Amino acid sequence: MSEITPELVRHLAGLSRIDLDEAEVARFTEQLALIVDSVAKISQAIDASTPATSHPIPLANVFRSDVVQPSLSQEQALSGAPDSGQGRFRVAAILDEE
Amino acid sequence: MSDLIRLNASELVALLAKREISSVEVTQAHLDQISKVGDAVHSFLHISGESALATAKDVDSRRAAGEKLADLAGVPIAVKDNLTTTDAPTTAGSKILEGWLPPYDATVVTKLRNQLLPILGKTNLDEFAMGSSTEFSAYGPSKNPWDLTRIPGGSGGGSSSAVSSFQAPLAIGSDTGGSIRFPGAVTGTVGIKPTYGAVSRYGLIALASSLDQIGPVARNVLDAAYLQDAIAGHDPHDSTSLSGSLGSMVEAAKRGSLKGKKVGLIKQLSGDGFQQGVRNRFAEALKLITHAGAEIVEVDCPSFEYAIDAYYLILPAEASSNLAKFDSVRFGMRVSPEGNPTIERVMAATREAGFGPEVKRRIILGTFALSSGSFDKFYGAAQKVRTLIQRDFDAAFAKADVLVSPTAPTTAFKFGEKVSDPLAMYLNDIATIPANLAGIPGISVPIGLADEDNLPVGIQFLAPAHEDARLYEVGAALEGILEGIWGKRMMDFAPELKVN
Repeated sequence: MSEITPELVRHLAGLSRIDLDEAEVARFTEQLALIVDSVAKISQAIDASTPATSHPIPLANVFRSDVVQPSLSQEQALSGAPDSGQGRFRVAAILDEE
Repeated sequence: MSDLIRLNASELVALLAKREISSVEVTQAHLDQISKVGDAVHSFLHISGESALATAKDVDSRRAAGEKLADLAGVPIAVKDNLTTTDAPTTAGSKILEGWLPPYDATVVTKLRNQLLPILGKTNLDEFAMGSSTEFSAYGPSKNPWDLTRIPGGSGGGSSSAVSSFQAPLAIGSDTGGSIRFPGAVTGTVGIKPTYGAVSRYGLIALASSLDQIGPVARNVLDAAYLQDAIAGHDPHDSTSLSGSLGSMVEAAKRGSLKGKKVGLIKQLSGDGFQQGVRNRFAEALKLITHAGAEIVEVDCPSFEYAIDAYYLILPAEASSNLAKFDSVRFGMRVSPEGNPTIERVMAATREAGFGPEVKRRIILGTFALSSGSFDKFYGAAQKVRTLIQRDFDAAFAKADVLVSPTAPTTAFKFGEKVSDPLAMYLNDIATIPANLAGIPGISVPIGLADEDNLPVGIQFLAPAHEDARLYEVGAALEGILEGIWGKRMMDFAPELKVN
């Protein structure tokens, strides 16, 4: 029995901010169960002493000098926004009315 | 068909420098070919004819005035549509970014502009580079010029099909798990994933930041070398950019030698389970490599068995985080549900409408891999497998200068064959993924046609990090031997493209 259930897929979709429809929930439940069962075998390859690698070629202390550089103008930064006004991104209400 | 479009980029470099041809002629010839075959092959999402010709004209007048220009000045190029361009819409193959005009150029695009390469347009890809066939592009798939009923590879199928149908001599790709090399193998072209950090990722719409690498797509090894030399180098805008130079790839390709090289045959990728025609061409190539003075040694990489599994945890995890930026606020599409929705509901409705199936699948898989309760078992374990794969490579490169395998288990498959079976689609990348996990460079070079379907087969060479030049050296040598045997170039085997 896979740990991927329709409830879990709905929960993950909520965390991912994707409003899946029920047909997608059903399809992804089935497909993700197959994928997760398949990839779960990686735990056989490792043990507690294996160090993790997060980056292929680690570089340390990558800094730039603390000097102001040209950057996007406000107009440029807003140029792709679906809605803007008064030099800002305009969005729907952030808090619910309740 | 104009002869100009059949010329390789390195031939164009020489003729342009001698002013025997003009960049305007060359650019116009490619734009004509795009008009002719573009609808049938569907390589481009956007064509920049006017600005390409303006660049070409500039090159011609500067050369006429005796100005010394970059080697590739005047050689037209196509750019994958996940690189930002201020003068052309950038969609990454997604509906969520339809029509978006970025406010800045990717560093690679800036380099192409500074070196005066006419940019012909933006090429198709699987949405956000997630896929192996371009079937996940929101704008419809690109076709394989060898057989229009088959996939051109992915995600960079727009670039591979453009170069293999003579719509462009060169193109830019990006490779996260094989998205340059797999399309190269199935279209009979050359594709290189440089060492991680060799080419700046600034302005590349990130898929998985620890795996992504931009690289060249071309019809031969020397052409690809010119392009890597043109786009490589440190960039302060990319904190993972390497600081030193990797040397001249053009010199390595011109040197072209296999003599005295130790070539490691990867036991786990030596062809078991691969299509017979792929195995046949690969076995012949190994013989040629030996005859050319190289020694084949077998190397054992036991952890490669887990590479795909680790990859399909690390990639979705990083992608789910990278794609959080598509939130309907700063760029792209916004879908507002009825009534007076909160921003969260607007985001969820926008992402539901704007993302395609593979992107949603991977975001949800990645969110799962990163969630508490599954983190150690999945994402954490995958990062440990990554260490094991790096150790396998270290051990292999202690015995060999380069490693070798077929680039892909099969030739180009038919549209629809794998699109509804994610696990089958993921297996295309079995030979290419380990290099991304370890950050090392890889090249795919065409080695002929499979017996059963007359479709291109590619061989992959891998080298240690920073040793990209070795790939160009051995790749050019094998290519030269094969062209000598064939008496022609790989693309001369391609059937004539039938368009209405």
